[in-house]
Amino acid sequence: MDQIILQILNGLDKGSAYALIALGLTLIFGTLGVVNFAHGALFMMGAFVAVTVSKVLTLSHKVVDESRTDFLGNPLQVDVPYLYDWFGQSAGDAIIDWAVPISIIVAIPIMVAIGFIMERGLIKYFYKRPHADQILVTFGLAIVMQEIIKYFYGANPIPTPAPSAFTGSFDFGVAFGFDPNAIIYPYWRLVYFFFSIFVIGAVFAFLQFTTFGMVVRAGMADRETVGLLGINIDKRFTVMFGIAAAVAGLAGVMYVPINPPNYHMGMDFLVLSFVVVVVGGMGSLPGAVAAGFLLGILESFASMSAVINLLPGINQIIIYLVAIIILLTRPRGLMGRKGVMEE
Amino acid sequence: MLGLEKKDFRLLLIVVALTMLAPFILNPFPEGSDMAQFNAGYPDLMQRFVIFGILAIGFNILFGLTGYLSFGHAAFLGVGSYAAVWMFKLLSMNVIPAILLSVVIAGVFALIIGYVSLRRSGIYFSILTLAFAQMSYALAYSVLTPLTGGETGLQPKPGDPRILDGALAPGETATPGFFGLFDMRDSLELSVGSWVFTFNAGYYFAAVLMIVAFYVSIRIFRSPFGMMLRAIKSNQTRMSYTGLNARPYTLAAFVISGMYAGLAGGLLVSMDPQAGAERMFWTASGEIVLMTILGGAGTLIGPVLGAGFIKYFENIVSKINKTTLEGWFYWLPDGLEDFVITLIYPFVGKGWHLTLGLLFMLVVIFLPGGLVQGGQKIAAAFKRKKPDDAKRSATEPAE
Repeated sequence: MDQIILQILNGLDKGSAYALIALGLTLIFGTLGVVNFAHGALFMMGAFVAVTVSKVLTLSHKVVDESRTDFLGNPLQVDVPYLYDWFGQSAGDAIIDWAVPISIIVAIPIMVAIGFIMERGLIKYFYKRPHADQILVTFGLAIVMQEIIKYFYGANPIPTPAPSAFTGSFDFGVAFGFDPNAIIYPYWRLVYFFFSIFVIGAVFAFLQFTTFGMVVRAGMADRETVGLLGINIDKRFTVMFGIAAAVAGLAGVMYVPINPPNYHMGMDFLVLSFVVVVVGGMGSLPGAVAAGFLLGILESFASMSAVINLLPGINQIIIYLVAIIILLTRPRGLMGRKGVMEE
Repeated sequence: MLGLEKKDFRLLLIVVALTMLAPFILNPFPEGSDMAQFNAGYPDLMQRFVIFGILAIGFNILFGLTGYLSFGHAAFLGVGSYAAVWMFKLLSMNVIPAILLSVVIAGVFALIIGYVSLRRSGIYFSILTLAFAQMSYALAYSVLTPLTGGETGLQPKPGDPRILDGALAPGETATPGFFGLFDMRDSLELSVGSWVFTFNAGYYFAAVLMIVAFYVSIRIFRSPFGMMLRAIKSNQTRMSYTGLNARPYTLAAFVISGMYAGLAGGLLVSMDPQAGAERMFWTASGEIVLMTILGGAGTLIGPVLGAGFIKYFENIVSKINKTTLEGWFYWLPDGLEDFVITLIYPFVGKGWHLTLGLLFMLVVIFLPGGLVQGGQKIAAAFKRKKPDDAKRSATEPAE
């Protein structure tokens, strides 16, 4: 039993990332009808926003410390972050410590801007083009984005820690009445899970309870009619593209402490997120979220040693296997809407 | 001639001439000169041109004709490679049985994957093929290690049975050959003045196979079967209303293009007898799509051009480094020189992927018909007459 709970928990953080990326992909697909292969790159960009913010916060200048000497006997030069000068040492440390959460505030406008530029500059011209062209041009864009990141940040993963308040692990074993240490779960992953639930909830609430969201939903159902009613639906869809980019970016920002980001992390997630979208059903937002968590948890169950002993290698292929089975038995995916991407 | 129309036959002759004279054409700059780094006439690269040409020709039969975008074609390349290495290990270093087996095995694989994947079309088909390819990749890396060599890859080793040749002694190595007549690595060098031309047996072997593959693809394009495939692309619904079942045709096209990929895999291994799982990774599949689109999907010669172009880029652009750039721009004033070099540097050397990505985007945005369409546009500008071919070669995928 404790094993099962542990695997569910382990699946949650990956599942959250899948769900957030798949949610953005579905938003873009459902509104603009564009298959965005660069969405993984947006996730990666978000992660690098966090890296950049933490680098900017630790920008420092050299100060000669008279009280200490280096091995040659000269006064030691110490790097002092500018933040120390401005806010004092303890406040400066706290800000640097909280670099990743602070990045969220920075990441939202940056990612929305990137989304706007992408949509207005490129995607706009591909509405009428076949899906193959959309896939190919966004694939090219993804390559360009990741190469730019690689040029500036190098090919190696850049570790960026979570705030020290979240570095420990939570002992679910005690909380649920099992042995202590039976279920240990890092705090940050819990944070990631609740954060993603919050973002997903916010997106749904935005679509469900605001006039803007209502118009967008109407546009998803029947773009032409909404346009005929005199509403500039394209403008709203562009905003939705920005929101989808921001969702992917936030998923990336918060994922940084879990896995040090490198330039191809987006591509690694993209393929799986696409599978998630298809399993959930093209154009279905709840489907994308449900499939994201489902596949994340299934993946972690498949990596249990008992399962691997029984079916070696299953952890590597489980997601694809499930996708194949679902696509063949339920062509529309789990919750696919009628009339979206049908033959 | 050979059952081809005059125009197609001329195209075939051009391709034959180009491939046969490639060692000359690709080595336009004398050895040792500044421009020698742009020479592509060395065996390793020439072999890759024709082998990836075969791969792209095969992919084009599926994507160019039926519009089904397979994102997992590299799986067949990988399977073909493994099959060929096993033939080297078990039978002999002769390439013929190895290539035959890789074609057959890739065909069987394509039959199974195609049978399942072709139940869906459009993006679902792409995702299904992608899923199968990623599964093959993951399995080749993990569980199937006894068959595939896992992370170290598969290569002939001392102690392999090799029924026809006999086991290798420790320390002895063997290169793939053609019935003992010639080795794939045999090369003839011809020096004319300061030019050095290399004629490589492996290259010519692969080139002959590519010409055969190209001929077969022309025949398919011009056959009633090819017409059916085009009909599937333009309107599958209408085709089924006329009482035709599209699936056998698409499956046949899928298997044929899988066998082409298998052939390419077998040839890759014949030139360099080792196979690894990274050949099946999905970026490898993306590269195949890229080659075809870049050259011009749905045209005969386009994929070959695209494959050559990308492989040339990969080898030449990635070799340019800072010193080379400094050599080129030494004549500029100092400040300007540094500026130009800083500007260009991210795009060459290790950054060639960036150039590739940009190029790829530009092609998809402005030239959906690829290099062939670009050539036609230029030709049309000179002739001041719209080429009637442009319409035929425009691609639209199946929905």
